[in-house]
Amino acid sequence: MNPVFHNSATMKTKQDKNAKIYPSEKVRVTGAEAIMLSLINEGVDTIFGYPGGAIMPAYDALMNYSDKLKHILTRHEQGAIHAAEGYARVTGRVGVCMATSGPGATNLITGITNAMMDSTPLVCITGQVAAGLLGTDAFQETDVIGITMPVTKWNFLITKPEEIPSIMAQAFYIAKTGRPGPVVIDVAKNAQFGMLDYEYHKCKKMRSYAPEPRISLDNLKAASSLINKAKRPYILAGQGILLGNAEQEFLDFVEKSGVPVGWTILGSCALPKDHPQNIGMLGMHGNYSANILTNECDVLIAVGMRFDDRVTGDLNRYAKQAKIIHLEIDKAEINKIVKVDVPLLGDVKYTLPLLTKLIEKRSHAKWINRFKELDKIEYEKVIKRDFFPDKPGLTMGEVIHRINEKTQGDAIIVTDVGQHQMFASRYAKLNSTRSFVTSGGLGTMGFGLPAAHGAKIGKPEKQVILFVGDGGFQMTIQELSTINQTRAAVKIVLLNNKYLGMVRQWQQLFFDKRYSETYLLNPDFIKVAEGFGIKGKKVIERPMLDAAIQEMLDYEGPYLLEVSIEKEDNVFPMVPTGASVSEIILEQQK
Amino acid sequence: MAKKTINIENGNCTGGKKTYTISAFSENHIGLLNRITIIFTRRQVNIDSLTVSGSALPGIHKFTIVVHDCLEKVQKVVEQIEKLVEVLKAFYHTEEEVIHQEIALYKVPTKALLVSNKVEETIRKHSARILEVRPEYTVIELTGHKEETQELFDELSKYGLLQFTRSGRIAVTRSSKEVFTNYMKEIGKETVEYEKN
Repeated sequence: MNPVFHNSATMKTKQDKNAKIYPSEKVRVTGAEAIMLSLINEGVDTIFGYPGGAIMPAYDALMNYSDKLKHILTRHEQGAIHAAEGYARVTGRVGVCMATSGPGATNLITGITNAMMDSTPLVCITGQVAAGLLGTDAFQETDVIGITMPVTKWNFLITKPEEIPSIMAQAFYIAKTGRPGPVVIDVAKNAQFGMLDYEYHKCKKMRSYAPEPRISLDNLKAASSLINKAKRPYILAGQGILLGNAEQEFLDFVEKSGVPVGWTILGSCALPKDHPQNIGMLGMHGNYSANILTNECDVLIAVGMRFDDRVTGDLNRYAKQAKIIHLEIDKAEINKIVKVDVPLLGDVKYTLPLLTKLIEKRSHAKWINRFKELDKIEYEKVIKRDFFPDKPGLTMGEVIHRINEKTQGDAIIVTDVGQHQMFASRYAKLNSTRSFVTSGGLGTMGFGLPAAHGAKIGKPEKQVILFVGDGGFQMTIQELSTINQTRAAVKIVLLNNKYLGMVRQWQQLFFDKRYSETYLLNPDFIKVAEGFGIKGKKVIERPMLDAAIQEMLDYEGPYLLEVSIEKEDNVFPMVPTGASVSEIILEQQK
Repeated sequence: MAKKTINIENGNCTGGKKTYTISAFSENHIGLLNRITIIFTRRQVNIDSLTVSGSALPGIHKFTIVVHDCLEKVQKVVEQIEKLVEVLKAFYHTEEEVIHQEIALYKVPTKALLVSNKVEETIRKHSARILEVRPEYTVIELTGHKEETQELFDELSKYGLLQFTRSGRIAVTRSSKEVFTNYMKEIGKETVEYEKN
């Protein structure tokens, strides 16, 4: 039993392959230099951060390695960590950020939590007061290990310089293997100043940590037999496919099985959007057919996803009729939300090909047709109205549609959180993997602008387009200054409806139109951008839109395109809270 | 069709609440107690007793945690504990699956032993033992299940108990399969392994 065991999950990313250990012989260095050398040895070339008292030795050492380590000075630590997340998401590498103790570290918390929820590999290095001052309420002392414990995959407080190489090696190993996640390394100031004999060895194994569970051949057989017998099977694709670099393995599985595929918001690049078996987005604002037919399938094949409540709606009425197969790397996800008939633990990079081998080549044309029939209804009632509105007010859907026409899916799309995020996830054309960056699990407003910046730094050759609302934009608007400093050509599409639109939509639908504290008196965003040194243009009427988009895309530097959006432009379809996925609504109920 | 949803609402579990003994084995690192207890806090599971000590294997700590909750919740808590990077393995057991003990110490005024033979009878009945006798007080020890130490507590209370303390539970499994010991043989002695350059 269980003969297949992939022990080492390393050697997957560029960072691993290119790094040569440096220097080749043992050297006597300060702890601060050891941090820089360890980053270089892990293949890091970009750090997002903000200096301060307790991290100053590290920043001083950074100057000696500026040829190998590029540092992006953000305007707030939250900007640094979201940028590191954006960078990690588009490159598949570990994002790195650095901050000082106390407020520097606490400003990272939102981003750390966001990375934890969305399984983004990060290593965050924070300065800490000298070891002798720990627990004394010293200036800028905070129990960073304590407060980050529930929101990190792992954390460690370094109090001695000689701990640095081995802990840094473990930090990178833990961040990127298994189900990835954020790691915080808190480094006391004395450990940065102190000397050590530095030599670096990457971590290859920890006995208490099994990043990739054993694959059960029995369960593989059980899963394949369920799939082979299924009449109406349905695949749910999650981010695990991207995290496992298993897009090709997934495509092979999808095409041999002939099974239709719905995807979660973070799984949106798992399968090309124009693939004939791609049914659409799952969940609260997902596609009509993708939700309704969840309750008609007979076998549900969940691949690298975690049955978030925004995906399942009411659990008591979620896929009750179906046998459920769950392909998942994290054992704690099995049976966490939905009782699974066949769990298939392991990295999908390995489990998917094994499963593909065991299944019969089939086509489920009639079943897929059921989805396509419902798609027509959604198109008539929702999509047509979003793309080609008959009212003068501009809609978010049409802006995204117009941009799609020009990029043809060949751009990285980044979003903030809210209505525009749902429109973007539903409508953005995406041709390649890792081209959609959004805050999924945590729903972090303010994520968009810094994440788009990080994405552009990570993939400078790609057009990076940010969709952001007027609310979220103002949560991290200071990062315009960082963008001006790097001149990273982020294209910002500000969809301004002067409201916290998603909350306003709920107030309209479920709170008798009582718009409690959702109206925003906004600044002149174009002037604000201009003040930050960023060119911008505002579009208030439909005829101006196409040319303005073209101008934005053609401009060689960062650019803000503000579009005035109709206030009551709501996101549909919608699975109201407490409703079943099959009760998804297409328009406001009378 | 079998019930698919796992009911995780507070106090509304399908099988009712029961007592479970959770045991977790971890590396001996700073902060692990905190890492483990916040898992209970987050899910609003109350800990009845908690014992932490070195295990039979050098460098490995054992946590024994007793909770009274529903099975589904306990199962999830155990999965989350095992998911912690520095935890080697975590298990849960029903009352029937473990042999467990707690230790209790009772400090009673010595004069209570002198005025009648009731205290002696009580000690004898419970097979408790006397650890120390001084003119002012006597310290009695009893090892057993919580109900047993509680019973002695109730009886000695009548004679003016000066102090009382009870330990958390320690437990061994009834099973003849030594799952953890075998697991440790399989994974080896090195805590962390590094690549050779």
